[in-house]
Amino acid sequence: MIKNSAAEMAQSLASGSTTSVALTQAHLDRIAEVDEKVHAFLHVDTQGALKQAADVDAARARGEKLSPLAGVPLALKDVLVQKDVPTTCGSKILEGWRPPYDSTVVSKLKSAGVVILGKTNMDEFAMGSSTENSAYGPTHNPWDLTRIPGGSGGGSSAALAAFEAPLAIGTDTGGSIRQPAAVTGTVGVKPTYGGVSRYGLVAFSSSLDQAGPCARTVLDTALLHEVIAGHDPKDSTSINAPVPQVVAAAKSGDVKGMKIGVVKELNGDGYQAGVRQRFEESLELLAQAGAEIVEVSAPNFEYALAAYYLIAPSECSSNLARFDAMRYGLRVGDTDGASAESVMNMTREVGFGREVKRRILLGTYALSSGYYDAYYGSAQKVRTLITQDFNNAFAKCDVMVSPTCPTTAFKIGEKANDPLAMYLNDIATIPVNMAGIGGMSLPCGVAPEDGLPVGFQIMSPVMQDQRMYSVGAALEAALLSKWGAPLLSQAPSLGGAA
Amino acid sequence: MSALTYEDVISKYEPVLGLEVHVELNTNSKMFCGCSTIFGAEPNTQTCPVCLALPGALPVVNEKAIESTILIGLALNCSIAPFSRFARKNYFYPDMPKNFQISQYDEPICVNGYVDVEIDTDEGTQSFRIEIERVHMEEDTGKSLHVGGSTGRIHGADYSLLDYNRAGIPLVEIVTKIVPGTGKYAPEVAKAYVAELRDILRALGVSDVKMEQGSLRCDANVSLRLIGSDVLGTRSETKNVNSLRSVERAVRGEMIRHAERLNKGEKVKKLFKKLVTFKKTPA
Repeated sequence: MIKNSAAEMAQSLASGSTTSVALTQAHLDRIAEVDEKVHAFLHVDTQGALKQAADVDAARARGEKLSPLAGVPLALKDVLVQKDVPTTCGSKILEGWRPPYDSTVVSKLKSAGVVILGKTNMDEFAMGSSTENSAYGPTHNPWDLTRIPGGSGGGSSAALAAFEAPLAIGTDTGGSIRQPAAVTGTVGVKPTYGGVSRYGLVAFSSSLDQAGPCARTVLDTALLHEVIAGHDPKDSTSINAPVPQVVAAAKSGDVKGMKIGVVKELNGDGYQAGVRQRFEESLELLAQAGAEIVEVSAPNFEYALAAYYLIAPSECSSNLARFDAMRYGLRVGDTDGASAESVMNMTREVGFGREVKRRILLGTYALSSGYYDAYYGSAQKVRTLITQDFNNAFAKCDVMVSPTCPTTAFKIGEKANDPLAMYLNDIATIPVNMAGIGGMSLPCGVAPEDGLPVGFQIMSPVMQDQRMYSVGAALEAALLSKWGAPLLSQAPSLGGAA
Repeated sequence: MSALTYEDVISKYEPVLGLEVHVELNTNSKMFCGCSTIFGAEPNTQTCPVCLALPGALPVVNEKAIESTILIGLALNCSIAPFSRFARKNYFYPDMPKNFQISQYDEPICVNGYVDVEIDTDEGTQSFRIEIERVHMEEDTGKSLHVGGSTGRIHGADYSLLDYNRAGIPLVEIVTKIVPGTGKYAPEVAKAYVAELRDILRALGVSDVKMEQGSLRCDANVSLRLIGSDVLGTRSETKNVNSLRSVERAVRGEMIRHAERLNKGEKVKKLFKKLVTFKKTPA
């Protein structure tokens, strides 16, 4: 039952062949069996999930009209606040904090009857590409437990790949949904910036952060997308326009006559041979499905990483200033006679990890008086150039595509002491955040040399998210008929009843 | 005891003023959230995730506050910017929940206005034009009460109490350009300007303008230069002056203090900030 898609589970619930309580319990059992190895979850809300499931079952029994995903379980990245459920953002500084309010994403999930199983592991405050920066220990890739599951949302993607949940929520600031999806053989979407409310998403880099849906199939991702998307008056950057028709696009999967632009700069040197091979094969499949493959160029993408590492740390240094031990979370050194300043300093020293401190320092420096124009200001200009590159390219094609990551999953510890090598992992995902457009990663096979999943990235213009779902669904269908079974059936068993 | 009289000061020096006035708007809700703004409620009863800066909370601007600011700008003969921007002023202090204040920096709502004030002089009623540089919006901080210690400040206090009811109340800051040419009438002009602003704001109905409750507060900047010089002297800023009479006294007092230092060949310390708390006096 737990290996089905969310859409299949929803069908079983609707037909009465199972209940949400049974389905939720099956996933809780699976978590109990395998999460010791995977460590996808930071907190499992057993009682809350079963209560929610029972409520959905009762509503169904009363004959109430329910939303399409009602009763299906989900894993929530620990960066989104959920009332009365611990929210840590993978940081010691928030250990023990129980938010008194729901994020808009959580409110929407609850009112759609989606059952929240618990909170998933992540790099501290979403800063990282491996989940190794979590203060609570790394998550392990279900394909190979010695490897990283990507980051920052490694917990959410690993939970999907390990069949601990059929749906998950991630957040993507520079690739934190798409890169974990790529290296775990799952699907992840970063919607258009402003497509999903950021209210209750603990801010890392406000102008880049975007929550989005994660699942094992393109259709499941689309179903979840429509649950969480839409205008929110509590988020001034939320777009007040109809939600793109992503479910319809995922169901039709029609790419006939669509122009697919291959980004010249996001391929070639630095990309693993098996990654390139699977990417090229996918292009052929899309061509066979009726799409026209064209090459597009984005000359300014080469500056994206450098600009990102000014913008994101700058915004983080300001956003994380609120963690000062005064109102919530950890408090260290509050002894008689200690000044407020020393309590703040000691708490931040103990509460933040190395990568977070590194970025706060970088950002504070970049925003210092007299440096703003040279650093943050210049980076914003690069951002405009990247947006222009996208606009120019989208004049010639409907979607743009690239490998999601240059390589497959690396070993835990392999890049932990080399931040630059770690940052390079996001080279193909960052431009999407810089321009605020939509991006999807879906599995396109395993690399022959290491047997690990490869991600195929699709990028669509602002509020044209349905286009990446059309292309994703077409490619997924073509690959499925080629493989005969979903890619995850090739992943090793983690033991347990499944 | 100083031997210097006010007449001595103005016979040698010309004062230059700069006045910043903070006005709490009388909107029903705060600048970026729906919390009540009623004065005098039990501490920390008018708060929410947004004004307490809980993780994940986001600000949404109060439309009424923007309208009030535009009204103020129009009344002060300002240009109203078709596009303006909020910016973060980052600094750490326990009464500021986000550790940044949402304010306006390079793109305020209103710029380049003026207000004319009249005062009685030896030569009869005289009018002075005070030019306005900008009118911008920001949010107020919470209130700290430092208990114990002798200074009433955070350093040396036994403990501090924080009340976030005021955090996020809409503030408008009205900043003048430098005001030269008021000569010996500088203290009266400063007072008359604040009084004129108070009357305008009251007539607009955008603020309670109660100086004793802090809904209208003035930071008075003063510098002196030798008569005939066109080089500005170093200024001092007397913050949070809380009555009209105190505005006049602050300017007069600073003029004398500056002159004493300058006469002795000492410099007025650059950006010397004198945090004077004037006792409550009738205006």
